[in-house]
Amino acid sequence: MEIEFRMDLNNCYHCGAPCGKHPKIFNEKQFCCNGCKTVYEILNANELGCYYDLQAAPGTIPSDIKGKYNYLENEDIIEKLLEFNDTETSVVEFFIPSIHCSSCIWILENLTKLNSGVTTSMVNFPKKTVRITFKNNETGLKQIVELMASIGYEPYISLDDADAIKNKVDKTLIYQVTIAAFCFGNIMLLSFPEYFAADEFWLEKYKHLFRWLMFAMAVPVVFYSAKNYFISAYKGLTHKILNIDVPIALGVSVLFIRSTIEIAFDIGSGFFDSLAGLVFFLLLGKFFQQKTYNFLSFERDYKSYFPIAVTKIADGIEKNIPVKDIEKGDRLLIRNQELIPVDGILINGNAAIDYSFVTGESLPVTKQSGDKLFAGGKQTAGAIEMEVINTISQSYLTQLWSNDIFNKTTDITIKNITDSISKYFTIAILAISVFAAIFWYFYNPSMVFNVVTAVLIIACPCALALSAPFAIGNILRIFGYHKFYLKNAETVENIAKVNTIIFDKTGTITSTDKSHIIYKGEKLNLDEIRAIKRVLRASNHPLSRSLYDYIQEEVFAEKPTHFEEQLGKGIHAIINTMDIKLGSANFVGATFFGINETAIHLAVNNKFKGSYIFKNSYREGTKHIFETLSANYKLVILSGDNDGERAYLEKFLPKNTLFQFNQKPENKLEFIKKLQQNGEKVMMVGDGLNDAGALAQSNVGIVISENVNVFSPACDGILDAKCFNNLPKLLTISNETIKIIKASFMLAFCYNVIGMYFALSGALTPIIAAVLMPVSSISIVVFVTIMTNLVSKKI
Amino acid sequence: MEVLYITIGVSIVVALIFFFAFIKSVKSGQYDDTYTPSVRMLFDDELVIVKKNDEKESKINQEQSK
Repeated sequence: MEIEFRMDLNNCYHCGAPCGKHPKIFNEKQFCCNGCKTVYEILNANELGCYYDLQAAPGTIPSDIKGKYNYLENEDIIEKLLEFNDTETSVVEFFIPSIHCSSCIWILENLTKLNSGVTTSMVNFPKKTVRITFKNNETGLKQIVELMASIGYEPYISLDDADAIKNKVDKTLIYQVTIAAFCFGNIMLLSFPEYFAADEFWLEKYKHLFRWLMFAMAVPVVFYSAKNYFISAYKGLTHKILNIDVPIALGVSVLFIRSTIEIAFDIGSGFFDSLAGLVFFLLLGKFFQQKTYNFLSFERDYKSYFPIAVTKIADGIEKNIPVKDIEKGDRLLIRNQELIPVDGILINGNAAIDYSFVTGESLPVTKQSGDKLFAGGKQTAGAIEMEVINTISQSYLTQLWSNDIFNKTTDITIKNITDSISKYFTIAILAISVFAAIFWYFYNPSMVFNVVTAVLIIACPCALALSAPFAIGNILRIFGYHKFYLKNAETVENIAKVNTIIFDKTGTITSTDKSHIIYKGEKLNLDEIRAIKRVLRASNHPLSRSLYDYIQEEVFAEKPTHFEEQLGKGIHAIINTMDIKLGSANFVGATFFGINETAIHLAVNNKFKGSYIFKNSYREGTKHIFETLSANYKLVILSGDNDGERAYLEKFLPKNTLFQFNQKPENKLEFIKKLQQNGEKVMMVGDGLNDAGALAQSNVGIVISENVNVFSPACDGILDAKCFNNLPKLLTISNETIKIIKASFMLAFCYNVIGMYFALSGALTPIIAAVLMPVSSISIVVFVTIMTNLVSKKI
Repeated sequence: MEVLYITIGVSIVVALIFFFAFIKSVKSGQYDDTYTPSVRMLFDDELVIVKKNDEKESKINQEQSK
């Protein structure tokens, strides 16, 4: 306890991390590393000490960037990154993942104090971006980026930025709602006098003014605000689909035409208020259904992960070239923490490649010169040189994106729940109006026009069209609150249809941050364990580092008298008369070992002792989730790994779970395609880039993300890994939402029956329409909102 | 009652002014980021304090040098 308490006092003034035994001291303040100290020095020297007053320990440790941004001197790349550039000033927008608190905003907006070439910098906190305007003759892109990196705000620059087609947010819907709301309110005011003060002298005189003013305001509502309904209805009809927009478009046009005829021939005051109200409510539903998360993107492909430039070595000279210009046979220099952009062969250097972007596997893989390196891996130990064997578009991973599935355009024929009943609805309305027309033709022919239009007006399915948007919109918000972020409304409906769930293994049901290590073999005494830890300390192999962190015993103080690390084999060391060998099975002469297991084997004094086996640690609650889900869904594990853990998983997970191992990215995609051809509705739960094809092909693709602020491949939904346990509940709620929508359809149908009574009896007056329409719509909205809130109480 | 023409005319003009003001604010991006300005608003004070301190210090320095 005491130690823990002391650790709290010992935290870094800049980043808040514990400083350990040897903190760096500056200005009587403690820092965990030189990086943090440097940031403090920079800020302090420039009188930006306020940074630390706004929030305690707000900083992030700056990473080593030496030479990393040299490519920002390349004119082609600069041009692609800049948003605006004339001879004097330039504007650039950077994405900075480490923005997290108000101090971040403050320091980034005061960049001009650190670099006078910067004229303004403006942070968008929800999007984690900063927009910088700078003078070209005083500073450059490279200086600014290096400055930001040196104070711990390194911008994320990827290949995606090179294709900069900055897609602007479509604000049309906002304008449409605004206009509908404006006109609705004014038309209501203008229509009130006739409702309440009929037959008054002054009204007789001015009603024409009122009516034509209403007409004038109804025109933009019909032809601008409601235009998408006409377009969608037309498109639906050309595809021979009676979608919900068909009766809406019919209702809107009948309302407009009949009202215009009424005021033109002085028959009545028209239904302009109902018309504007109808369009306003419908658009409001559409608006509510959109829930966008500024900090997420659901459309990312490999370009968001890949670097924009790479260092090419030609005739011994390092040169920065755009990734797209890489050619076969080029020799590339990959520095520590840089991503390998293309497939290649390792020429020299100590390669420890972290493929967690691609597979979700957290342990780096070591490679020897001559080994093949695949695109998408991140080098984690020193600089390496490699020779290119495939260009970027032909690399193993990136080839996946040439699959048709990534090029399909959004299909208009996708039917949502409302459209699926609108077919019957539309046919019923048309049948009723024809029947009513025939009846009234014989009974009282002068009423035919009145009754038929009244039927079409009252049948306009406003309440029906509103129930799904409001129910789903509300559920999207509730899901977002529980860290389950869905791309759009259709996803909720698709989740409710799913009957097969496919899980990726590594990174999805295993957690990426820690591998679980167990020791198998002869029991070791304390001296031996301490000696092993001492030996591991000198090794840079990723497995050694993990094992070093895993062993809790105090490290041996004595130095090894002999130490030798053989690349790809292991370590041989002599320490305190103990001869220790750590490494591969062959190297230590292991007598028993599992195939396909990641392990460090150990021999002491040339006698094999045992092995440290690296097991994936499964997320807490995985077993429970699978048991709950197996009652209602077919479950599949679709893994790119070998089947080393098959036996364990078979015991661990429900019996009917299907296992597929050794699946390449395109195999995963094909597997799902095959299931879908058999009529299955598939949900893919994955994480890495190698699942990208499967996520795109599946009916619903969900990404499990340890940190939602970092990148995830294109998908329909992102679930925070911490909330993985909620998955079965979230699926149940989606199913129940669809049931609620169906129930609300029944309610809407009741309103239609009431309205139909007035319409068929020829008694529909503007005031009845003006009351019935909002009452039905609002009550439906209230009903679905309350019900969805109730069912989501379970989470 | 001819005054109705004026009152309705004026009311619609006023409503239209607000309508266009809103459209313009949406277009200019006022609603794109509704969080950062709320934080930024608090910083202006911080900067002033820093500057004031600078001025004070420089004044003190000048006086001392005199």
